[in-house]
Amino acid sequence: MIPHPSAASRYRPTLQPHKPARSPVGTPEAGHAELFRGRENPRRTGPARAEAFRPGLSAPDATLGRTMNVSTIGQAEPLAQRLSELRGRAPQRSLDARALAALAANPGCRRRAVLDSAGVDKAAVAGRLGHAAPFGQSPFAIARGIVFEARLKDDGYAALLEPLRRHLGLPPEATALTVPDLLVRSTPAVRAERTREALAEAASAPAAWTLLDHPMLRLTVAGSPAYLEPDAVVVHGGRCSVVEIKSFPVLDGSADPAKVGAAARQAAVYVLALQEAAAATAGRAVADSPYAKQELPGSPELSVLLVCPKDFSNRPTAVTVDIRRELATTRRQLTRLTRIEELLAALPPGTTFDLAPDEAGSPTRPTEELAGAVAALPAAYSPDCLSSCELGFHCRAQARCADSVEQLGRGVRGELGSLRTVTEALAAAAHGGGSAERSEQTEETEQTEEDEAAARLAHAAALRAEALAGTAG
Amino acid sequence: MSLLSTLARLEAVRSGRAEPLATVRHRHLSERPMVLVPLATAGESGAPLAVLLGTDRQAPRLHIVPQPLNRTQRFDFLARLAADLLPYLESFGGEVEQIEGSEKDPQTGEKTQVFRELCTDAPQLIVPNSACVQHLALLGRSTRFRRTVEDADPGPYPAPTQVPLLGRWLTHLTERAQVPGSSLLLPMTALLARHWATGQSHLEDQHLAAQLAWHFPRPGLTAARTALLAETERDVHNQLTHPPGGPVTDPRFDELVLAPAITRHDTALAALREDPEHTGRPAGTVQDAGTVQHVDAAQAEQARLRVKEASEHLHSVLEQVLLPTWHDVWRGLDLLYALPPAAHLAERWESDRWSYTGHRDRLAAGEPPQPKQDDAVTAARKLAQREREQSRLDVQEALDDPLAMAECRLAGEAFAGTVTEVTPDYDTSGRSPKPRPLVTVRTTDRPHADPGREVHRANWQSAQKAVVVGSDPAEGTVTVRVLSGMGRKKEPEPGSLPEPGDRITFTLFELAPRQSAPLPDPDDTPWTHGGPPGAADRSPIAAEDWE
Repeated sequence: MIPHPSAASRYRPTLQPHKPARSPVGTPEAGHAELFRGRENPRRTGPARAEAFRPGLSAPDATLGRTMNVSTIGQAEPLAQRLSELRGRAPQRSLDARALAALAANPGCRRRAVLDSAGVDKAAVAGRLGHAAPFGQSPFAIARGIVFEARLKDDGYAALLEPLRRHLGLPPEATALTVPDLLVRSTPAVRAERTREALAEAASAPAAWTLLDHPMLRLTVAGSPAYLEPDAVVVHGGRCSVVEIKSFPVLDGSADPAKVGAAARQAAVYVLALQEAAAATAGRAVADSPYAKQELPGSPELSVLLVCPKDFSNRPTAVTVDIRRELATTRRQLTRLTRIEELLAALPPGTTFDLAPDEAGSPTRPTEELAGAVAALPAAYSPDCLSSCELGFHCRAQARCADSVEQLGRGVRGELGSLRTVTEALAAAAHGGGSAERSEQTEETEQTEEDEAAARLAHAAALRAEALAGTAG
Repeated sequence: MSLLSTLARLEAVRSGRAEPLATVRHRHLSERPMVLVPLATAGESGAPLAVLLGTDRQAPRLHIVPQPLNRTQRFDFLARLAADLLPYLESFGGEVEQIEGSEKDPQTGEKTQVFRELCTDAPQLIVPNSACVQHLALLGRSTRFRRTVEDADPGPYPAPTQVPLLGRWLTHLTERAQVPGSSLLLPMTALLARHWATGQSHLEDQHLAAQLAWHFPRPGLTAARTALLAETERDVHNQLTHPPGGPVTDPRFDELVLAPAITRHDTALAALREDPEHTGRPAGTVQDAGTVQHVDAAQAEQARLRVKEASEHLHSVLEQVLLPTWHDVWRGLDLLYALPPAAHLAERWESDRWSYTGHRDRLAAGEPPQPKQDDAVTAARKLAQREREQSRLDVQEALDDPLAMAECRLAGEAFAGTVTEVTPDYDTSGRSPKPRPLVTVRTTDRPHADPGREVHRANWQSAQKAVVVGSDPAEGTVTVRVLSGMGRKKEPEPGSLPEPGDRITFTLFELAPRQSAPLPDPDDTPWTHGGPPGAADRSPIAAEDWE
């Protein structure tokens, strides 16, 4: 609506918006984690959610690192099989850094968590349900990204040297970087293995400057491997730094905060993968605190180098971005993913998202059946989903059908307290005092909460009616 | 979002129509607004693609960049846009009124009377959404420092003369758009959202056509369904039947329609350039071979024709994408014109006129373009101005509109009710007794009215202050002691006090904004804020790369 006055604060450019509080390890994050669980409280979330909720199983954040490593050994097989059943015959959509980072946007959504871990092609499912996702990237934008990255790599990475000198301390006399061949044309598994070797080799030569161009990192997510491809990783002195190349500009020293945030979340996934790799090589567990600096050979720095075009030109400019907060968030989300078994347990047996394509590739699965399978997974819809999730339009249609208040925005639910449907809320607005009678029967504090929300709504309705009547009459 | 607007949204969900959020129009609308629908190139920041503009809804004018990455073509586009837009912007600078003021002489401290010019009207640009405002700001930033042939050092790529001027105007307008309540440049989605609630979220309201669907649902369809069609309906060519309101284009359009059309234009242009006539072959050699010349001329003619065709095709595809939004903006304006204007609009529009006049004067005085980054004092001044304007806007909207006042009442910042009792009382502490009557108001509101809290009588002919004496929540009454606005006599002036039975509204906030402390001159910036800006920082010409 009206631009808030604090918009003027944009005069002071910020490329490092996130300064995580250096408070005692994990405290703020643990607090957040509690919040998430609190929100999952099944009291009023309907039977499906209530069944899925197993309070005893929620792993405390402190065990996160271990959980992630252990999960691949113990339960991987049955889990992988179950996920593959969900996926059906369709090839697995690999969970890339972008998808992982997007999960952070809506961590409470079980529908997304399960479909993503199973590698289901959400766009195809949405299309079959009649709500094709309107996503896509313009060929112009893609071309721009390619041109910019190619320009950086021209002439032996000449354009990258200056940012590396300035931000990572590459000595001025060094004119060339060691760039090992990472077999970019091979399969992901081969590339990941090759990257591991190259990383170990580079880390064992502290004096050298090595640039890994499009390395392939492997991260185990919910029992299945996800392959991640950072733009570049620079290794020196036994440590490495993630370099992320983006084609949005840094204009007069500041960039679009939303885009910087997205890049930071993406880079955090790479840093996490590198941390896990370093820990696995050293045979140690990843530190409990996401803010702890890992001191192992090949450990990643906790800030990444973001390389963007400067102003309206094609010249690069670089900024270091602290990603500790994003790293903490990502780790927290991934622990939730490792608890995917709990979500699966709540699904009716035989649930699958198989589209049963015929020979021509057209889906043959009846829409109602598919819709039923999707509906078995509770979604946490909010209008933000429309821009980040392929199923957003489907979930919106569902939210509208269910008359739920989430269709109006995430904040609305907080305002309306326990009133969950539009009809309920409007009824409360029409006669707020009505619920007072019911309060005698229930003793819970929720009831008074509901009364309070209803009374406020009724008061608001009275004021609104008065104001509108005044002008009409 | 406040509870009242949430309630309006809930009602809209039920009724399937947009529900009012205001009873009056809270933004000034010019009699002759310029509607401007811009398009940007995906992936390139601030690279314009096209713009559709005009003051007549029947006659929009289209300007395009045939190849968005071509610097020369971009400058040509900007020059055409400047030639189209600047006359409109400058046309309001001629008619002025003289405003009397006083100025303090810096040496003697004496006040002298001065007259300042104030333009009687100002331009108004309407764009579809706030992303378009940002796009115009980027255009302004990318053009206002361009050097032209008239500069002492024009550089390798001089821009047409009007381009930097256009950039300075766009920068001024987009900066002004940041000021709450200003109306020089307005995004239509925000305008509509201020006055009506739809049955969807704020995010979905950013799509102009989807928001308008709640005002004009298609016959036989619900508003939500109409909005969904506006968002996603595609024709047989996989193109959106209702393209988004700019500045971004649909990726499918880029891929399937725009990219081929641009390539076709590029190819035709390249063919024309390769033509022998254009490679500068000496005239003598051509004369010898009449037939060759004939063939060349025919080929050249054909090449020109192809360029023309390709260019027309580009124009037509871009126009098709822009026209639906163009009509939407005008439909939105129709809705807004139908609302009665709020009482304080003229006062706020005067601030806009001052802003316009100020920019006109700065241009006339030959001042350099707005800097890339404001110095500390200017930034602080702008911030203070925006905060001041925000509070002024909040107060004025509340006074102008019972629905806005209802927001304040719901928040406990105001209360309205019926006067039940007026008891005369006097302050006898001074030499002569002063009237300090007690007024009791019965209200259903629950104001944060602790005893001793100062309250102000809203929508009264003069400022009238009172102080809360007590309240009785069980009875629903608040008693206040009136402190001012009763004349200077022993008894209150007749009519200056409410009578029992009158409707009355008191606010807990002041009705006139306070002046903030003055800020120093930029040259006196304290070292804590970086000290006075250096001459280098203020250099108007910035060397910049253009690819």
